[in-house]
Amino acid sequence: MRVLNLFKIATKAIILNKTRTLLTMLGIIIGVASVIAMLAIGEGSKESIRTTISAMGSNMITIQPGADSRGPARGSGGDVQTLTLENYETIKEQSDLISYITPVVNGSGQIINGSNNWPSSIYGVNPEYLDIKVVGLKSGSMFTDAEVKSASKVAVIGQTVVENVFPDGQEPVGQMIRFNNIPFKVIGVLEEKGENTFGQDQDDVVIAPYTTVQKRILAIDHLNQIIASAISEDDAPAAVEQISNILRTEHKLLDSEEDDFSVRSMEELISTFSSTSEMLTILLVAVASISLLIGGIGIMNIMYVSVKERTKEIGLRMAVGAKGADILMQFLIEAILISITGGLLGVLLGLAATVFIEEFLNWPTSVALYSIVISFAVCAVTGIFFGWYPARKASALDPITALRYE
Amino acid sequence: MSKEIIKIQDLKREFTMGSETVHALRGISFDIKEGEFVTIMGSSGSGKSTMLNILGCLDQPTSGTYEIDGVKMKDLSRNQLATIRNEKIGFIFQSYNLLARTSALENVELPLLYNSKVSTEERRTRAIKALEMVGLSDRMDHTPSELSGGQQQRVAIARSLVNNPVMILADEATGNLDTRTSYEIMSLFQELNKKGITITFVTHEPDIATFSSRTIVLKDGDIIQDYNNENVQSAAAELAKLPKQDH
Ligand SMILES: Nc1ncnc2c1ncn2[C@@H]1O[C@H](COP(=O)(O)OP(=O)(O)OP(=O)(O)O)[C@@H](O)[C@H]1O
Ligand SMILES: [Mg+2]
Repeated sequence: MRVLNLFKIATKAIILNKTRTLLTMLGIIIGVASVIAMLAIGEGSKESIRTTISAMGSNMITIQPGADSRGPARGSGGDVQTLTLENYETIKEQSDLISYITPVVNGSGQIINGSNNWPSSIYGVNPEYLDIKVVGLKSGSMFTDAEVKSASKVAVIGQTVVENVFPDGQEPVGQMIRFNNIPFKVIGVLEEKGENTFGQDQDDVVIAPYTTVQKRILAIDHLNQIIASAISEDDAPAAVEQISNILRTEHKLLDSEEDDFSVRSMEELISTFSSTSEMLTILLVAVASISLLIGGIGIMNIMYVSVKERTKEIGLRMAVGAKGADILMQFLIEAILISITGGLLGVLLGLAATVFIEEFLNWPTSVALYSIVISFAVCAVTGIFFGWYPARKASALDPITALRYE
Repeated sequence: MSKEIIKIQDLKREFTMGSETVHALRGISFDIKEGEFVTIMGSSGSGKSTMLNILGCLDQPTSGTYEIDGVKMKDLSRNQLATIRNEKIGFIFQSYNLLARTSALENVELPLLYNSKVSTEERRTRAIKALEMVGLSDRMDHTPSELSGGQQQRVAIARSLVNNPVMILADEATGNLDTRTSYEIMSLFQELNKKGITITFVTHEPDIATFSSRTIVLKDGDIIQDYNNENVQSAAAELAKLPKQDH
């Protein structure tokens, strides 16, 4: 009965003071919404990096020469020459957790077709490369194992290369191009893949048999990389372990010696890159916390002032018989109603802003539940506390003192 | 002889304003018996409102004792004082103190909102009845800003009556009313007083004092006069003597 009365008084006060209520709510709404939107951007970019990497072949295992030195800027092993064709053959023979494997040798140079000139990279691989990288052919065909064996001068090229060395829209398959002055016959064109998350053009490549590239272009004995594909994503960690062991035996490493190669699954690569976007998220969280703090201070101010200016009303209510607890309950109900409504509207606005950012700015977003919970809780708690605290102070006064308050 | 409802002993109230101390009440003592109708007079600043606020349990004395209905105010908790204000006392403020943007009816209902023994319907009917008693049945939905000063004062009077108090404390309750209306209010108070309600009435006007049975005069925080009125006038009779209003 009493609580019901107080509830009525509180709702009436809220309706009577529409503007003030709206202003208080605005602080809460903006505070909550901005935190949700900002964290959604952070989480979104993290997730998008993850999906791009997975699209590159989530089962992929990369074996590089030289000791493990993590970081995305790592090249093809520099001049470390610890990986050989024998290593590739042993892994292919002994590992039962991989489905595809190819040696990789790569270099860069000029591609020439008549007067058209284009700098690009050449990758020497075997036919399994397409399965590992999960790419298909747009036209023509991949070279065969026989062509690898005979070190044929055939090549499959990416779309960017096509556009630059065949600018007149000529069909490239069957044409001759030259890479660093060595003639290759184009036998296939890769499906378009576009840029990856790191801005690399994945279509700016020439693929040829590794035998051809190794002997005729680079004139080296070692390999730059071996890439393989685990039979499933779940088997990837075990495959990494197995390949490491095979290579350690092959390289005759003592227990005390470190690996002179590194084996990494896509999963590890993902976590390396995720840590970069983690930085972005931390930055956004910092900005979000500041806006939450400012929002909190705003709520605090408005609540504090609005309760203060009602000291006279509090005095009158006490003069006609309201107990301290009645006053507190009334203001607590008011503060809860305002904070919860504001918080809910803030969540809705935050979600709407996220959808807007995703749809119209094309930024990847992902709403994190924790951002909703935290921002809502912070705003609600500040609102409730600063609605309650000044009311508590006012209700501790003698009625006449409160009534005299100007 | 009926018992004392109010007993004050050497009551002092001081206000400290920075380094200065204002002695609003300098140690006054008197009793008010149940069913008495007392007017308190005195010049402006003599301490009338200060005293009435203490009698209404709205303020605490600096020193001295105040017994209400046999209980020392000092021994009562804040909640007990709130209950006394809510159920036993009807207080009319010199400055009305109505809730802004709230209708006359809701203003009058206010004390009953804090009394859980009164149901919603009863609250409404009692508030309507109180407004009728002060002649405002046609202004119930008006907010204070839509009412004249005298009408606001009558809303404040209705609010003090709505809880059926045993004691009414009125601070210049007729200060803003014309003679006719103030006599109407005085005759209402006399009727209530006949029913046994104790009334303490602060006023500046000597003719109002003639309607009460006793007058206390304050000066600079001291009682300078306290006398019983041998010849109590009837406000209703005086009202009848007034020339008829031409409409
Ligand atoms: N809260 C306060 N702080 C400081 N001084 C006060 C306060 N309340 C009253 N006083 C002082 O106490 C004295 C008595 O004031 P009070 O309001 O009781 O006078 P009053 O007799 O009711 O006068 P009036 O007829 O004008 O209403 C005055 O000098 C006033 O200035
Ligand atoms: Mg006064």
